Amino acid sequence: MKRQREFAGSHSVILREDLDELVQALRSKGFTVIGPVVRDGVIVLDSIESAAELPAGWTDEQAPGRYRLISNDGAVFAHTVGADSWKRFLNPPEASLYRIAADGKSFTVPERTVSETKYAFIGVRPCDLAAIGILDKVFADGPMADPDYVARRSRTFVVAVQCGGVADSCFCTSMNSGPRAGTGFDLALTEIPDATHRFFVQTGSANGRGMLNAVKHRAAEPVDEEAARAVWDQTVRKVSRKLDTNGLPEALTRGTENGVWQSTAAPCLACGNCTMVCPTCFCCTFEDSADLSGQIAERRRKWDSCFSLSFSYIHGGSVRSSLAARFRQRIMHKLAWWHDQFGTSGCVGCGRCTTWCPAGIDFTREVEKLRVLMQ
Amino acid sequence: MTARDPMAPIPAQVQKLDRENNDTFTLHVAAPGSTLPSFQPGQFDMLYLYGVGELPISVSGDPEARFSLTYTVRSVGKATNKLVTGSIGDWIGVRGPFGVGWPMDKARGQDVLLIAGGIGLAPLRPALYHMFRYRPEFGRIILAYGARSPGDMIYRNELAQWKKEPRTQILSTVDYGGLRWHGNVGVVTTLLTRVKLDPPHTIALICGPEIMMRFAAMELTTRGISKERIYVSMERNMKCAVGLCGHCQFGPYFVCRDGPVFPYTQIEPWINRHEI
Amino acid sequence: MVTQSLEAVLRNHRFLASLNPEHIQTLISCASNQRFEKGNYIAREATEADSFYLIRSGTVALQIHRPESGGLTLNTLGEGDILGWSWLVPPHRWHFDARATEAVRVVALDGRCLRTKCEQDHELGYQLLKRFSTLIEERLEAARLQLLDVYGVAAR
Repeated sequence: MKRQREFAGSHSVILREDLDELVQALRSKGFTVIGPVVRDGVIVLDSIESAAELPAGWTDEQAPGRYRLISNDGAVFAHTVGADSWKRFLNPPEASLYRIAADGKSFTVPERTVSETKYAFIGVRPCDLAAIGILDKVFADGPMADPDYVARRSRTFVVAVQCGGVADSCFCTSMNSGPRAGTGFDLALTEIPDATHRFFVQTGSANGRGMLNAVKHRAAEPVDEEAARAVWDQTVRKVSRKLDTNGLPEALTRGTENGVWQSTAAPCLACGNCTMVCPTCFCCTFEDSADLSGQIAERRRKWDSCFSLSFSYIHGGSVRSSLAARFRQRIMHKLAWWHDQFGTSGCVGCGRCTTWCPAGIDFTREVEKLRVLMQ
Repeated sequence: MTARDPMAPIPAQVQKLDRENNDTFTLHVAAPGSTLPSFQPGQFDMLYLYGVGELPISVSGDPEARFSLTYTVRSVGKATNKLVTGSIGDWIGVRGPFGVGWPMDKARGQDVLLIAGGIGLAPLRPALYHMFRYRPEFGRIILAYGARSPGDMIYRNELAQWKKEPRTQILSTVDYGGLRWHGNVGVVTTLLTRVKLDPPHTIALICGPEIMMRFAAMELTTRGISKERIYVSMERNMKCAVGLCGHCQFGPYFVCRDGPVFPYTQIEPWINRHEI
Repeated sequence: MVTQSLEAVLRNHRFLASLNPEHIQTLISCASNQRFEKGNYIAREATEADSFYLIRSGTVALQIHRPESGGLTLNTLGEGDILGWSWLVPPHRWHFDARATEAVRVVALDGRCLRTKCEQDHELGYQLLKRFSTLIEERLEAARLQLLDVYGVAAR
């Protein structure tokens, strides 16, 4: 996927009460609109039919192993990132690749099943936007591009939301992925939840401009841009968590066999939650099965995690059988080897792995500790 | 669909099934009416067993054979057992070829030292076929082949034939000779003392159990062959074979895509580390 | 408990018996006491071998690492045993991992320093080489017998 240059479009303003027009415009164009919703005390991503389903009036408090929703002043996007990420719509947790029909003693493999759904994502945070860009490098670039991912991705309409609030777990500034996105979206909204309660809208593509025309909006004035800028500036200042990425891949590589991995990994349960909530983790496995008649065999692809013992199984045993080795694999892949493989870090600083770790392992703190102890 | 879908298996029929030893078979497959993908020595295919699963198997036949593909498989589990206990006429799926193969271009004009352990001879056989076909383009060919016992060797008839090729040395050894074996007994690295090497003009290709490859590579560097001239074939758990599922990762590398053949310089930092 | 001094350990060790006092002194000057916690590696395969060790207490496992099974123990050494001859034999690289299976106390000998001294004093070199040859022969014989698998189905 080619990177978009900053789209030289004019900026607009949509009023809060007109936000639903955007949702309806997208739906009328055949998009399945996905946005954040509140479910079981957590913000998750799901299909919505109107802007009323968005989590207005909710913000979140996040800490290692802790997530709470707290009601607030009525802003629609006062929350940060929820439990899941947009990867589940671009690279679904389970997918059928082929249904292979038996043909006498042989079989026929049909064309690969490719999704036809058009998704519109509303509420994509800059860190998640960066994550989508990283997944593009994995699945869409290169000679072995995944046709289903490419199909879904090329049809996806992205409405980003520039962050106005920051959770304790966020460290996007350290990973150059936020709290403000410059490109990669069709439209980007900045919520200005004052008496006027409006959204400053940046147009990021021709498709974005087209969709905006179907929604009640007005041209932005200097005062609107100033208000948006004020939101962006105060948000950056709120990011307190930092991760020093200078020379980090080299430091971790030098310390690959340092004994500190063992003590650092000790609280880890190898549950794999972190890999599941991480917006860039992409490992998967394949399962083959046949129905009872033996006439149809199916190849399914499922998410997998490097934390599972069988992940590295070969010749009767697993290469990474110790907990420390699997713990190390995730961190070194995410922060060091991803650079060798894809040219960027694999981490976008969204903080989910820290929030959703049942053992409360604080990702950035542990990485910093490792770095110090390895010297 | 113009380009071949790398995830779709092509149906191929088993034409021939040769027993190499107690638990190892060589199967030849063909796809009547369509062409199977050709390959470079050292590459592998994913073999699909209908409704059961896939196995990554190095292609072990002649790279210029146009109508069939050959694989040497050792029965170690459910899927491999199903493959080797099949019959002529059975159908399997083939997709590939995948991975980086042996550096035949770098081997041109050089002496080529092949060190094989057990079934590791199978991924090296296509390199031998290629070099014997284009004999004048290569220097001396030396094969050092080690197996656990005489009964565990493969390609025994061919080993005898290859001895007759010009400027070619074929040496074999076993860990356990038993009572009827009159050949060499000892680990494969001991064969290297019988070989006069010209290190600056030698390319070494090593394939076998990881421990064997580590020690062979160390021995060769001691004998003066530089690490960029030594190549090993790595193995890890493989599912997709196209660098998307993450299973075959070995440090920063995807074995299916950056390997399985690696110059020793590239992997030396990782092969000696534990649980990578 | 009376702990022997480092010098006493070296002077009384059967491996170094009959070495002349000057040579013992040379060894003492290249020696230090070291301790390894249980589970720690004393040596790693393929790394530079610059030392050898006299084991004072504890056990050390000589291991080889396989991808599918981690460290496999080939041999165990204990009190009184010598660990390491690669410091003397080029290319001076450890061939196996050596891991403390319990807390281990050793006298560590600086192999790099001793190599230089052996080049300068060939008599010292000869005396050490004689002793290490015997050690290597003992290990080789033991390894070959171990390979025979005398207890199992060896008839192949």
